[in-house]
Amino acid sequence: MTDETITTDTAPPIGTTDDPYLEQLLGDKDAIDPTTGDVAIQNYTINFGPQHPAAHGVLRLVMELDGEIIDRIDPHVGLLHRGTEKLIEYKTYAQALPYMDRLDYCSPLCMEHSFVLAVEKLLDLEVPLRAQYLRVLFAELTRISNHMLNIGSHVMDVGAMTPNLWLFEIREDCLNFFERVSGARMHSNYFRVGGVHQDAPLKLLADIGDWLDTRLPRLFEDAMSLVVDNRIFKQRNVDIAVVSREDAIRWGFSGPMIRAAGIPWDLRKSQPYDVYDRMDFEIPVGTKGDCYDRFMVRVEEVRQSARIIKQCLAEMPEGPIASLDRKVVPPKRGEMKHSMEALIHHFKLYTEGYHVPAGEVYVGTESPKGEFGIYMVADGSNKPYRCKIRPTAFSHLQAMDFMSRGHMLADTTAILGAIDIVFGECDR
Amino acid sequence: MRAPAPAYAADLNGETIEAATRALGDMLVRAQDRVGEVTLYVDRQQLIPAMIALRDTPGLEYQQLMEIAGVDYPDREERFECVYCLLSLTRNHRIQVRVNTDEVKPVPSVTSVWPVAGWLEREVYDMYGVLFDGNPDLRRILTDYGFRGHPQRKDFPLTGYVELRYSEEAKRVVYEPVQLAQDFRTFDFMSPWEGAEYILPGDEKGMLPEAKGAPTPLKADEIKKADAEQSKKADPAPTPKATETPADTGDGKATKAKTPKKPSTAKKPAPKKVAAPKAKTAAKSAPAKEPKK
Repeated sequence: MTDETITTDTAPPIGTTDDPYLEQLLGDKDAIDPTTGDVAIQNYTINFGPQHPAAHGVLRLVMELDGEIIDRIDPHVGLLHRGTEKLIEYKTYAQALPYMDRLDYCSPLCMEHSFVLAVEKLLDLEVPLRAQYLRVLFAELTRISNHMLNIGSHVMDVGAMTPNLWLFEIREDCLNFFERVSGARMHSNYFRVGGVHQDAPLKLLADIGDWLDTRLPRLFEDAMSLVVDNRIFKQRNVDIAVVSREDAIRWGFSGPMIRAAGIPWDLRKSQPYDVYDRMDFEIPVGTKGDCYDRFMVRVEEVRQSARIIKQCLAEMPEGPIASLDRKVVPPKRGEMKHSMEALIHHFKLYTEGYHVPAGEVYVGTESPKGEFGIYMVADGSNKPYRCKIRPTAFSHLQAMDFMSRGHMLADTTAILGAIDIVFGECDR
Repeated sequence: MRAPAPAYAADLNGETIEAATRALGDMLVRAQDRVGEVTLYVDRQQLIPAMIALRDTPGLEYQQLMEIAGVDYPDREERFECVYCLLSLTRNHRIQVRVNTDEVKPVPSVTSVWPVAGWLEREVYDMYGVLFDGNPDLRRILTDYGFRGHPQRKDFPLTGYVELRYSEEAKRVVYEPVQLAQDFRTFDFMSPWEGAEYILPGDEKGMLPEAKGAPTPLKADEIKKADAEQSKKADPAPTPKATETPADTGDGKATKAKTPKKPSTAKKPAPKKVAAPKAKTAAKSAPAKEPKK
């Protein structure tokens, strides 16, 4: 922290020094002869982070403060850079998939979604309907669990404790569902190119249905009743970091950030993938584009996600859960016990993997945080030539500077909370 | 398109290329529609007017810049490719705009067109070393403070050059050259039957002349002898081994079944001549068969 404070008491009288720094200050009368109080303060530069509980990870903000007013913010990112894109270039397509979970570790399945859709687009691979329903179901469940974390931490950043504890209950339920379907709570690696890894047991689907009808609304609506009309919460969020529609477009916003600015843009609606075109849901849109709108957009998205999951449960057909193309999707263990052909396919797919025809695609999906894109260059081999990950946080965090200019230091936590950043994804 | 990928207005691809050709004129080098995605190759010098045209021309209206991806093709003359992924919110369409460059030729910065390009260009600079002319803040962004090199280049090793640890003696974090406990293993999956153009470890021995008496799967007459030059003996006439009649098999005399008469070819059965070199090779190549004393 640099602390440049000049008090008139310690400075020598004007005209008695030939210090060039003071000479420079002479032009600025206020710096030498303050009108109020005895102390003239120059801009402060402070570090927010890299270890700060409200930074949502390893974010370092170099802030220039005029008193308590923010003049400029320079976010330093990359402290969690792990070289995912470089690593993926050395892995087969199946081996690269688990890296996706580790990007946005709060919504892992939505990260996988973009990757598998990109590879499927290059392969032009058909995916069975049940697999598409399962993907949509668990992507929406991921959205709920992500929003639970974000809403909870946002309200905690501005001072409320209780809602966060209740929302973590819901998140815990979601993680349990992921564990039951994939075997892992967070890094599921459940979506696969051509479908999903395993079928969801009937009991699990029934439990998700029960949970949506009873536990989720009770916990969620209770927690929200404490927050949405809370006076303190509104004071901390309304009219903070207002972003106009034009700015939201110019700065490449997406997801809840662009919807809060009043643009009804949701990739699930406008560019539907998997079976989103069969789903009936609504897109919440903000009116003012402030932190409160972003928060409320997410709150409504949770309810809409619950609606989508219910439709998935009601409409999901029976059938295979992964493509039957044996050149891409490996056979199940049971099949290998009596089929030599299956054994050969299994061996080839887990050593060499499949070759993806040459081509370049950009596939963006609606992750809970915004548009999460994969730009993939395939060269016909079994490894991606290039896999560029488009993180949502990059454009949002970049806008942090103009969003928080003129606001108070304490507002940065509200702004950061409303952006919803996770550094696994931002830094890759 | 059978894959369940995001279904944006891909039917606009054709008219997009037409509209872009009209709007960009000679700024456009080439346009293609591949895997359902439109790509425009744009002249690097005229990138900014081209981007403004793509953003503002009615019928194109690409309001948002979503991503700038760098790609490295070391074999090309201009090895780097910058891919700008544009999105039109009103037409619900995506395109890619590409420019080529190398380590020294700067790409005009599009920060004046889209402020979001600031960080995206910083990332391409950090990862590839592509220079952007006009970017007001072209610092590294993802790599460490004081990092050297551009890690996404294809000639940058996956392991990097330095590793970092906390030193108890120095009481601070220190950088050291990378030391791998196990060699970095990378496999390519080129099939030797489909033209892998390299020699696997051990294969180079096949190119060398054989030492005398070394075991070999080659036929006797194909073996290059190490002392072939010195002993210029006349080799036995090369007679291919062939088993065309029961007589060749050494299975005793043929039964009454008539051997179908064929027009005599170059491959004349000569069983007795074959036996001689074969026995010779066996004696040479199998010294282990000699009884031990």
